[in-house]
Amino acid sequence: MKANGAQIIIESLKKENVEYMFGYPGGVVIPIFHQLFNAPFKFILSRHEQGAVHAADGYARASGKTGVVLATSGPGATNLVTGIATAYMDSVPLVVFTGQVSTRMIGNDAFQEVDVTGITRPITKHNYLVQDVKDLARIIKEAFHIAGTGRPGPVVIDVPVDISNAEHKFHYPEKIDIRGYKPKYEGHPVQIEKACKLIEASKKPVIYAGGGVIISNASKELREFVKLTGIPITTTLLGLGVYPETDKLSLEMLGMHGTYYANHAVNESDLLIAIGARFDDRVTGNIKTFIPNAKVIHIDIDPASVSKNVLVDVPIVGDCRHVLNEINKMIKAPSIDPWIKEVMKMKEEHPLTYDQPQKGMIKPQFVVEEIYRLTKGDAVICTEVGQNQMWAAQFYKYTQPRTFISSGGLGTMGYGFPAAIGAQLARPDKRVIDIAGDGSIQMNIQELIVAVQHRLPVIVAILNNGFLGMVRQWQQLFYEKRYSHTCINFAPDFVKLAEAYGAAGIRVEEKEDVAAAIKKALSINDRPIIIDFVVNREENVYPMVPAGKSVKDTIMRELA
Amino acid sequence: MRQYVISVKVENKFGVLARVAGLFSARGYNIDSLTVSATEQDNISVMTIVVRGDDRVIEQVKKQLNKLIDVIKVTDHTDLPCVQREIVLIKVNAPASKRAEIYQLGEIFRADIADISPKSITLGVKGEPDKIDNFIELLRPYGIKELMRTGRVSLVKEQ
Repeated sequence: MKANGAQIIIESLKKENVEYMFGYPGGVVIPIFHQLFNAPFKFILSRHEQGAVHAADGYARASGKTGVVLATSGPGATNLVTGIATAYMDSVPLVVFTGQVSTRMIGNDAFQEVDVTGITRPITKHNYLVQDVKDLARIIKEAFHIAGTGRPGPVVIDVPVDISNAEHKFHYPEKIDIRGYKPKYEGHPVQIEKACKLIEASKKPVIYAGGGVIISNASKELREFVKLTGIPITTTLLGLGVYPETDKLSLEMLGMHGTYYANHAVNESDLLIAIGARFDDRVTGNIKTFIPNAKVIHIDIDPASVSKNVLVDVPIVGDCRHVLNEINKMIKAPSIDPWIKEVMKMKEEHPLTYDQPQKGMIKPQFVVEEIYRLTKGDAVICTEVGQNQMWAAQFYKYTQPRTFISSGGLGTMGYGFPAAIGAQLARPDKRVIDIAGDGSIQMNIQELIVAVQHRLPVIVAILNNGFLGMVRQWQQLFYEKRYSHTCINFAPDFVKLAEAYGAAGIRVEEKEDVAAAIKKALSINDRPIIIDFVVNREENVYPMVPAGKSVKDTIMRELA
Repeated sequence: MRQYVISVKVENKFGVLARVAGLFSARGYNIDSLTVSATEQDNISVMTIVVRGDDRVIEQVKKQLNKLIDVIKVTDHTDLPCVQREIVLIKVNAPASKRAEIYQLGEIFRADIADISPKSITLGVKGEPDKIDNFIELLRPYGIKELMRTGRVSLVKEQ
C-alpha cells in the first residue's frame, strides 16, 4: 500500500494497537492531523503540550502500556520537555512524535524550528530525526520496542513536514534487530544462587522494593517471595502498592519522609535486598552512613543502576519478575524471629502519626486518611509534588500496583492532574483522585477543560494551605523561617474556577465536613470535581530525614 | 586518578558523536582525547576515548556508554595488550643556530619535516603516545609555537 508519511504514522500506530494519542496541533503537523481525523484510536486534545505528555505518562503508568504523544515543532516540542524528562527519570514508556520543519530548512533557524533531538538527547532513552520516509515505519517499530522493553523510557521521533508528505510503500516490520540494544531479562544463575545463600544466612534482612517491580509486573512474585521468606519489606515512593501496606510485614515507605520503622530497619539490617530500586539520594540520605552493617543484593534490569551509588555485594542484572521467579523456586526461609520481633516493636512504638487538631481545623493528613477510608483504598491516587505528595504517600495505604502515580525522580509540580486524566482513561473502572496542593494545581489547571470535555470524573483534592508548603517547611526548619516568596494565598477561588470550566466545585473549611464533601464528590460520575480543602497552613511533613543527613538525625515531629 | 582508554564501537549514524560526547559532559566526566575512526565495516565507526577517573567512575562510564542504543560494543583497552598510535604536529621556534639540533632530534624520532620558515620548523611524528610525550618534552626548551595531537587509536593485539 502506497502511503504518505502521515498515513504511515497512523497505520503504524494501528499496528501497535494504540488506544489513545495525546497532543496538540500546529503548522508542521497538519498533514498528520489530516490523517488523524479518520484514525480508529482516540485523540485527546490537551490545552498545553505539557498536559498532553503528562497525560500520556499517567496513562502509561496506570495501564502498563506505552503512552503516545504528538506535538508540533518549536514551542510545541519545547513544551513537552518537562514531561519527557519526568517520564525518563521514572522509566515510563512513551513514544513522542514531534513535527519538524522541512528537511531542506533544518538548520536555517526557520519559523518554529528547534533542534529537538539535541534538546531531548539527555532526557530520552533514544531519539530519532527522520530523514527519509522509507525509514519511518522501521523507526516507529524500533521506538515502541525501545520505549517498552528493558528499562522503559521515552523515545522521541522528530518528523519533518516533507517526510509527512512524502510517499512510500507502507510496510510495518514484524521483527527488528538492533545490535546495540539487547536488554537482558534472565538473571545469572550463579548470582541468583549466591543471593539465595546470602538471604538464607541473614539475621536482619530487609527488602527494599522500587518502581522497577511495578514496571516488570512482578508484584505477585514479590508477594510470593515475602511469603516464602518472611522478610519485612519497605518500598520507595514509586514502589507504593507493589506490596500491601496493610500487611504486618510492610514497613511502608522509606527515605526522607519514610516511616521511622522503615528507615531504622534498613539502617540496622545486615542484608538489604534491593529490587527494582536505584538508591536515590531521597532514599539513602547521607550515603556514607547509609546501611553501615548490611550486605547488598541488587536486582535491576539496568546494569548502570548497579553499584552506581552504593557498592553491591551480589548484583543480579535482569528483569525483577524473571529473577524473583527463579529465587522463589529455590529459596528457604531464614531464621529471623528475633529480628521480626524487633521490627514489629519499632512499628508499634513509632507509628506514622500527626497531632490531632482541635475542633474545626482540617489537617491535610486527615483529608488523605478520609479519602482512603471512603474509597476503601480502591482508588488510583495521583499526586502533585511537595507536601501533598508526601502525605498522599504516607496516609493512604496502597495495596495494588499501578494505583499510586507520582513524579518521583524529577519531582514535577503540575504533573498530577494531567496524569490523572491519562490514568482515568486507562482505568475507567476506578476512581482517580489527584491529591494536590494549591501551588501545583495551578501549574496545569488549563487541563481541567479536557476532563470536562471527556466527562472524566477525576477528583482533585486540593490541600490548600496558601503556601508552597514543602519549600516553606524547609524555610521554617533550615532557613530561619524566612518565607521568601512561598506564600501564595493570593489565590483564585477554586470553586468558582471549577464551575467556570463546567466542573463541580466544593469548598471545605471545617473538619466535620470533610467526609461529606468526599462522599459528594464520589457520587458525581460525569465531570471532574475540585474539592478545595482549606487546611492548617503551617503543617509539616514528618518524619523527616534532612537532606544529606542520616537516620539518627530524623526529625519526628514539631519542636515545641 | 588514572588514565583509561576505552574503545567504543558505534553505528556510523548521524548524531552518534553528540550522544557520546553529551553523555560525558552531562555526567561530568573529563575526556582527554576522543578519536572517531572509520573501520573495516562501512556502517561501524570506532571511538577511542581517553578519560581520567577512578575505577568506579570508569565502570559507570562504560555502563552508561553501553546503554546508548547506537553503541554496539564497549571495550576497556586500559589493561589489555594493545597497539596504539597517535600523530602530532609541532611548530617549534628554530632560529638558524638551533636548526641542526632540532633536525637531529627529529631524526631520532623519525619525524617528518612538514614545513620550514625562517623562524620555525613544523615537525610531524607518529607513534606510541609515550613516544610523542617524550618528543614534545625534548622540543619544549626551544619554544613550541603551536602543537596538535590527533588523539590515539588503539587496537587489541592478536592473541
